[in-house]
Amino acid sequence: MTASASLPTRLLPSASLGNGVSDRLRKKASRHVKERIIESLLFSAAAFSVFVTVAIVYVLVKESWVFFQVVPLSDFLFDTQWTPLFDDAHYGIMVLLSGTLTSSGVALLVAIPLGTIIAIYLSEFAGFKVREIAKPFLELLGGVPTIVYGYFALTFLTPILQKIYPDLPGFNLLSAGLVMGIMIIPYVASLSEDAMRAVPMALREGSYAMGATRLQTALWVVTPAATSGIASAYILGISRAVGETMILAVAAGMQPNLTFNPTEPGATITSYIVQVALGDLPHGSIGYQTIFAAGLTLLLMTLAFNLLGYWLRKRFREVY
Amino acid sequence: MQIPTGYEAGVEGAVLKADVRELDFYYGAFHALKRVSMPIHDHMVTSLIGPSGCGKSTLLRCFNRMHDLYPGNRYAGGGIVLYPDNTNLLDPGVDPIEVRMRISMVFQKPNPFPKSIYENVAYSLRVRGMRNKNELDDRVESALKGAALWNEVSNRLKELGANLSGGQQQRLCIARALASDPEIILFDEPTSALDPIATASIEELIIELKEKVTILIVTHNMQQAARISDFTAYMYLGEMVEFGVTDQLFIKPQKKATEDYITGRFG
Repeated sequence: MTASASLPTRLLPSASLGNGVSDRLRKKASRHVKERIIESLLFSAAAFSVFVTVAIVYVLVKESWVFFQVVPLSDFLFDTQWTPLFDDAHYGIMVLLSGTLTSSGVALLVAIPLGTIIAIYLSEFAGFKVREIAKPFLELLGGVPTIVYGYFALTFLTPILQKIYPDLPGFNLLSAGLVMGIMIIPYVASLSEDAMRAVPMALREGSYAMGATRLQTALWVVTPAATSGIASAYILGISRAVGETMILAVAAGMQPNLTFNPTEPGATITSYIVQVALGDLPHGSIGYQTIFAAGLTLLLMTLAFNLLGYWLRKRFREVY
Repeated sequence: MQIPTGYEAGVEGAVLKADVRELDFYYGAFHALKRVSMPIHDHMVTSLIGPSGCGKSTLLRCFNRMHDLYPGNRYAGGGIVLYPDNTNLLDPGVDPIEVRMRISMVFQKPNPFPKSIYENVAYSLRVRGMRNKNELDDRVESALKGAALWNEVSNRLKELGANLSGGQQQRLCIARALASDPEIILFDEPTSALDPIATASIEELIIELKEKVTILIVTHNMQQAARISDFTAYMYLGEMVEFGVTDQLFIKPQKKATEDYITGRFG
């Protein structure tokens, strides 16, 4: 007897296992096709957003490339003047960056403390009724068009500030920054509140059971437990401040000015882009190309903040 | 608030630490505790048993006024007298925070704060405004020793409390409750989230702890009540059915309802 002859029957071809696949159990072609169509629809919806992002980055990088063929990167980074429309053109992004950082700094000095305090109040102190009334109002504050905030800064806040500080120019970063801070409060407050409310009741009870007051519980237990969510709220606030355009275009003066003094007028990256994009510079001129380089700088900044936020979320994520 | 006279189930040789007298409690419209009375003896373990929803946790949470945290809860009559103060804990003039400083609590699920092991234990002291580093160090060490956790964590006090195992976390919560030198510690089903080995170590610890504090424990595990407690109270539907010395209650219950429950015919 040879070895092959002794093979057990279960290793024989499948035909011997039955009379093929019965009609009842056969794969349904129609179902298969429908599933495939739905899957590809879902995929293309997801792919669309990725495509748009990639396309934006592609355009920015491509147009900036044209710009950097003419202007060396070192000039762009280290020159202390921004005069791309003058005969003696200078392209120091530092000038616009200083405006962006100063106005954002003022805004965050308003939004982060106030937003955090509001979040702590709404999450830990306010009763059900107060919260149900206050939250929609807070979110309404975030829904006011930024152009309205811009006029508010220019025609309401600046005159008031000028009474306190008479030398303040009509266009200044301070008033724009303060109003921008008010605009950002809802984002910081709402997201921080969500993070605090997600802290399990068991932690709060543990703190109260140790004889802690409400404030001690809020500051020593709830806030640390919500750190990752609060950090993302701050990062979102920073991104909003850096990317805000209209308030600054209206109230801060659009004069490029290398300064970290908020009582001076200044242009930010965003307000400069508006100015040029709406102006009558011919497309393709080097002056026009500057907005792509400026836009790329802005994109890199917000990308950096998003990465920081992502890292903070991972670093401080609480496992309750 | 008018307090009924003392409950007469005291045991010879035991000193009263607290006395629940005809206590009524409502969650909104729901009558959760119905004229409940029972004594709590000093330096003894008293356990509360009964089927789910019988009000045993509700009664426990009256002792440190946890119900005050939520709107709609109402102490509706009677009270809990704490000795030697001879003061009703539920009196509106009593500050719940002062109560919680003297009557501490350990919860069902270990709930360490998102802080280091050291800061978890020091929490109840910091809440009281203690700032002296040496004093804090001493109190944290003795609390961790009291909770039989010191040997396991003494070289990693800076690590997060959440990094410990479940049983260690629960002992950390016990250390946290011990740190402030409370008179009573309330345990709300402290071992229901733990494995059998961790459960055994917590039970052992509770028996040791009664040297220092009075213990009131809610448990759904009758064997646990029999193993660790000196007195047992059986509750059903918000009423106190029977209170007695643990051995007597389990061997020779006075009421038919208690006998049905502990023999497993019901619940």
